[in-house]
Amino acid sequence: MPDRAFSLPPALYIHVPFCRRKCHYCDFASVPLEADLVKRYLSALKREAERELASWPAGWEVPSIYIGGGTPTVLEPEDLEEVLAVAALFPRAKGAEWTVEANPGTVNREKLALLVNAGVNRLSLGVQSFDDDLLSFLGRIHTAREAEEAWDMARAAGFYNLNLDLIYAIPGQALSTWRRTLKRALSLRPEHLSAYSLTIEPGTEFGRRAQAGSLTPVAEELDLSMYRAAQELLGEAGLKQYEISNFARSGFECRHNLVYWCNEPYLGLGPAATSYLRGVRRTNRENVGEYVRALAEGEDPAAVREIATSSLAMAETVILGLRLISGITWERFANRFGCDLRDVFAERIRRLTGAGLLEADERGLRLTSRGLPVANRVFQEFLP
Amino acid sequence: MPEKTAYIRNFSIIAHIDHGKSTLADRILELTGTLSPREMTDQVLDRMDLERERGITIKLQPVRIKYRARDGGEYELNLIDTPGHVDFTYEVSRSLAACEGALLVVDATQGIEAQTLANTYLALEHNLAIIPVINKIDLPSADPERVRRELADVLGLDPDEALLVSAKTGEGVPDVLEAVVNRIPAPKGSSEAPLAALIFDSIFDPYRGVIAYIRVMQGTVRPGQKIRLMATGKDYEVDEVGVFRPALTPVDSLGPGEVGYLTAGIKNIRDARVGDTVTEAERPVAAPLPGYRRLRPMVYCGLYPQETNDYDHLREALEKLQLNDAALVFEPEKSEALGFGFRCGFLGLLHMEIVQERLEREFGVELVATAPNVVYEVTKTNGEVIAVENPAKLPPPTEIAALAEPYVRATIIVPSEFVGPVMELAQEKRGTYQNMEYLDMTRVLLTYDLPLAEIIFDFFDLLKSRTRGYASLDYEYLGHRRSDLVKLDILINGEPVDALSLIVHRERAQAHGRQLVEKLRGLIPRQLFEIPIQAAIGGRVIARETVRALRKDVLAKCYGGDVTRKRKLLEKQKEGKKRMKQVGNVEIPQEAFMAVLRVK
Repeated sequence: MPDRAFSLPPALYIHVPFCRRKCHYCDFASVPLEADLVKRYLSALKREAERELASWPAGWEVPSIYIGGGTPTVLEPEDLEEVLAVAALFPRAKGAEWTVEANPGTVNREKLALLVNAGVNRLSLGVQSFDDDLLSFLGRIHTAREAEEAWDMARAAGFYNLNLDLIYAIPGQALSTWRRTLKRALSLRPEHLSAYSLTIEPGTEFGRRAQAGSLTPVAEELDLSMYRAAQELLGEAGLKQYEISNFARSGFECRHNLVYWCNEPYLGLGPAATSYLRGVRRTNRENVGEYVRALAEGEDPAAVREIATSSLAMAETVILGLRLISGITWERFANRFGCDLRDVFAERIRRLTGAGLLEADERGLRLTSRGLPVANRVFQEFLP
Repeated sequence: MPEKTAYIRNFSIIAHIDHGKSTLADRILELTGTLSPREMTDQVLDRMDLERERGITIKLQPVRIKYRARDGGEYELNLIDTPGHVDFTYEVSRSLAACEGALLVVDATQGIEAQTLANTYLALEHNLAIIPVINKIDLPSADPERVRRELADVLGLDPDEALLVSAKTGEGVPDVLEAVVNRIPAPKGSSEAPLAALIFDSIFDPYRGVIAYIRVMQGTVRPGQKIRLMATGKDYEVDEVGVFRPALTPVDSLGPGEVGYLTAGIKNIRDARVGDTVTEAERPVAAPLPGYRRLRPMVYCGLYPQETNDYDHLREALEKLQLNDAALVFEPEKSEALGFGFRCGFLGLLHMEIVQERLEREFGVELVATAPNVVYEVTKTNGEVIAVENPAKLPPPTEIAALAEPYVRATIIVPSEFVGPVMELAQEKRGTYQNMEYLDMTRVLLTYDLPLAEIIFDFFDLLKSRTRGYASLDYEYLGHRRSDLVKLDILINGEPVDALSLIVHRERAQAHGRQLVEKLRGLIPRQLFEIPIQAAIGGRVIARETVRALRKDVLAKCYGGDVTRKRKLLEKQKEGKKRMKQVGNVEIPQEAFMAVLRVK
């Protein structure tokens, strides 16, 4: 039977591929800001949106919008406005969540006001750390103080749903430093907080240093202690963990990201953006120039396409679903695929629950607190 | 009219590795027009890809060369190439037994090396005429005069007889051919006498059965003749005889002194063993030719399929390799740790590596190999003597009266400044000093008796590294000698892993066990629980390490754009796990089973 998720309207993602400079850990698609390239990007983005809208089914409304990067807020106000205008071309559901990512070094009152006026109702601030030494080690362009100022500006501009991104397990970072960063973050009373263990990616500055032997990843034990510290301190402050790296006050879970973790459809616009529509996952050309050229010449901006067969879709639904603390319910899986998760993966569920990594009850399947930090071992088992 | 044999010359080329044997052979073939330029590829006689890659000869490939000498005579030269590695000494000796002379190739920049020595002694044992050839005289660092002196001082050869050659440029090669004709005696033997032919190699052809490479010593062999192979006493009827040009080319008959091949519907390569004598069934010679010896494996290891269902595939592959490799032996074996596989015996480490590589490359079997070991001779308390080919199968200590291990006599040639380090190394490796001799002002020949186990372990690597690559080594088997040996067991997660058991000298057991568990700790990846690794002798733990439990292994981020890439990362992780062997509930990577070899 067909995947029932095919008929859902997609969430909308827009990628803004510009940054003032690349952070040492970042492997997202981004290039330095250059006025001429921004103009060409904007017109290509608009064209891509129009292509999609041309075949937009009547009555479809996007449930959420997320503008990420790169650094969307690095754009000049009038350019940022154009990106927002492209997003606004898509019909959106009433009360839809609309997030924009921001870098503390790039926001000001004017830009924030412009976001609020356009209807943006959630801001995600990439703070990463409240330790200036670590911030410069990470290659960030702002200080801890500037992050707090940006935060206060966002509140003043009227954002009542704010996220704060943090990174831990940074080489050289002590557990006590991390706890201080967490406490300082909590003093800002965020509605949502993402805490990511640093991943050293190939092709990044850190990747090169690790390869050369001048950067050593922190020990697993310390990484785990930091993870436990985040769970403990954030939990005490009323930020409930709802995903492997995400914490939120009740009702403020990121709806856009929930779409990803539920493996439901999304439309991605912009260079390197990924879409997942009707069982096809496609990713746009990453090179901004290539992306611009493809759209200017009426070509498909996508560079890669992968068809998710039903067995792949089922596996990914489980793997992504298990990232959520609440896990995946039998009902959601059955409604979507028309078969019982317990039958499809019977043997694996039995083995992994037996090993104490998963727990199953009458509602569904989820990782145990022991399984959470070693979830890859569980995910691997569900690969087709 | 002179006997046909007057125009036959049979010779080998012997040399230390890299001294230019194959290049000289190629040049000879080119110069005599044996192969057209189109047919010439480098190292034409080395047939297998593996030989080309490693630059060594494993399998002999004879060739018949037509040569018009300066005296106007048309000669038939049979060149019998020899493998240049100590693992194949016996095969070298059989090739030499098929010849009357040998070219001794020595690198003009290096001088005499350990294998030069070993090969020369072998050739002298067979009473061969030796023509010294000093090669690579085109190189700037060539010092032919020094090499000349060494030939005289060390080997007692006439320095004036040495030919100066560059096989690369071809300089001096015509003189080599003339020397073959003039200095190597023609073979003898009557064509009317009862047939006696030496098998110096044999290969298996799926269509024709065994093709035996022979040198006729006396008598004549022709199709239709009833022959007997003396080692087995089995009789056959000859289908075809022929010569090597170098492609197999049928002829009417092969007479005394001739080198060629025969086929006789022999189904199994074990029935036409290297060193055996072919005679006539009706009129057999009284005694076989001297020197026949059954090849005995010196080194054993366990070979297991990576995937359990590949067991039959592995068996078939081994059977196929065995068709062409009489020295390879194997027996089914079951390991608690690795499941069903085979205990395989080899002539030496190189032979083992070649077989493993061919199994993987030609047959696509993914292998888990255990560390190699020698054959131990156990005298039990009840007086019984058994050979133990697998350390795990050693009887319990209470049943052992005595243990013996194979020893070799090693000859090492080294620049004099490295004598100290080499003697130290030989001591460490339980060697007993035999002799030291100055080859000239700067080079020394050392002789030590050493346990073969130490040689297959890491002796050669250490020798090379402690002498900055200058030392050369050769050795010959001496027999088993008593040693104070113990079995070292490795326990992973409390379970003894039979495939990791090894036999070591008692005095070194402690240090060895400690190093081995340390090594294993580094090789076994973290898993979901803590894994103790212990080394034990007879139930007493002598060393312990712990692989700590996996604490964190989770993708920090996974959003829309990441799904495919992150999934591929998981797939890669899973693939890595699949390449490991599940022993109890611990996953052990393949390298761990070879860790024993990497301990200092």
